[in-house]
Amino acid sequence: MFELDFSVIVIPANSSLLWEGIKMTFLLAGLAIVGGLILGTFLALLRIAKIPILSQISAAYVNFFRSLPLILVIFWFFFLVPLIVGRPVGAFTSVLVAFILFEAAYYSEIIRAGINSVRLGQLAAARAIGLTYIQSMRYVVLPQAFRAMTPILLTQAIILFQDTALVYVVGLRDFLVSAEIIANRDQRLVEMFLFVALVYFVLCFTASMGVKYYQKRINNEL
Amino acid sequence: MNYNWDWGILFRDPYLGWMIGALGWTIVISILAWIIAFSLGSLLGIFRTSSKKSLRLIATCYVELFRNIPLLVQIFLWYFVFPEFLTDEWSRWVKRDMPYPALTTAVVAIGLYTASRVCEQVRSGIKAVGEDQRQAGRAIGMTEVQVYRFVLLPNAYRIILPPLTSEFLTIFKNSSLALTIGVIELTAMTRQIEEYTFQGFEAFTAATIIYSLVTFTVMALMQQIDKRTALPGSFSKGAS
Repeated sequence: MFELDFSVIVIPANSSLLWEGIKMTFLLAGLAIVGGLILGTFLALLRIAKIPILSQISAAYVNFFRSLPLILVIFWFFFLVPLIVGRPVGAFTSVLVAFILFEAAYYSEIIRAGINSVRLGQLAAARAIGLTYIQSMRYVVLPQAFRAMTPILLTQAIILFQDTALVYVVGLRDFLVSAEIIANRDQRLVEMFLFVALVYFVLCFTASMGVKYYQKRINNEL
Repeated sequence: MNYNWDWGILFRDPYLGWMIGALGWTIVISILAWIIAFSLGSLLGIFRTSSKKSLRLIATCYVELFRNIPLLVQIFLWYFVFPEFLTDEWSRWVKRDMPYPALTTAVVAIGLYTASRVCEQVRSGIKAVGEDQRQAGRAIGMTEVQVYRFVLLPNAYRIILPPLTSEFLTIFKNSSLALTIGVIELTAMTRQIEEYTFQGFEAFTAATIIYSLVTFTVMALMQQIDKRTALPGSFSKGAS
């Protein structure tokens, strides 16, 4: 056994490195959530559209990405994006592309389930009063679908937030990597990893409690 | 794109053998971790629906703790932090003398993490079987253990077969995280081949195809099993 010494965290140089790290984690997660949601909605709409080839492409995309480990996808784009662009783009861009394309597959499945939960009569009614298919989706079906699936989408957002820790494999300086740099430099592996775990736990636990509370409120209203 | 493709690399010595060996490790990690996740997850799922408040509390705490810390951080905790809290003798054993230290740590970490997810599936399965079944079992004189053994669990597993399949496939994919503590499984091997030959994309492609093939095979297999074991009258995909 040994003495735990958490003072290493509050040394100004270290705490500012950790702060930069957590900002990076939030930035990556935030952009990936927005991008994943947009692409995921698009994929879900393709999937339910009554055009066979489009829905097959969307289904193939979703099944393909869901069969792969995220780390492998990160590796793919880490090497592929610079090659396509023709110049080095930095870890952040390639990782962000990987996250958006990967998470969109998961979001798309949630959104599809949400759209399917809206009663068919709603679409028929919207069409009957003269809205186009796209208008019916935009103003009638999607708003109801998003309301019903918000808790699951938020839960997926928490999972994505945890997934961003995997940028470790390409060394992007997120929260975990920053902590690891300090851990190795100051020989405080135990304290730093415990600290990282605690921060992630507090953030994710609080968020998941919030989602639970929100879900209860929706259930009461519906 | 400026890249010299050389697909032959995948079938040349020693790279073909490397990939096959690495796939072997991926499968070993997945199956061992699944054994932990399934048995502990089932036990916790039973706890979570038990009539004893203390058991329910234990299971709830476990699930919240393991679900809210990223798996990668958990792997680091088991690998770097946990041994430091043991006595010197045990610490040395875990770090060095234990067979395959990194692999074993990865299996335990992934297994314990996934147990929290399996627990939630088992709980929802037991809930889906219904409170009346439990009461009926108790009414004809079964003990609580018997009710679980003969009524709730056999039905619950049949209901949750599809989500359990995806939990197994999640383990299969998450086994790639073992590379962060130095296990050369399938994903790590693609990086190694990339470093040795600069033919990374061929290796990535091969791994991509292998992961997809295994996933689709497992899914097709489980769909057949689901068809045979579906509860009559349920809405399960396979039920006729």
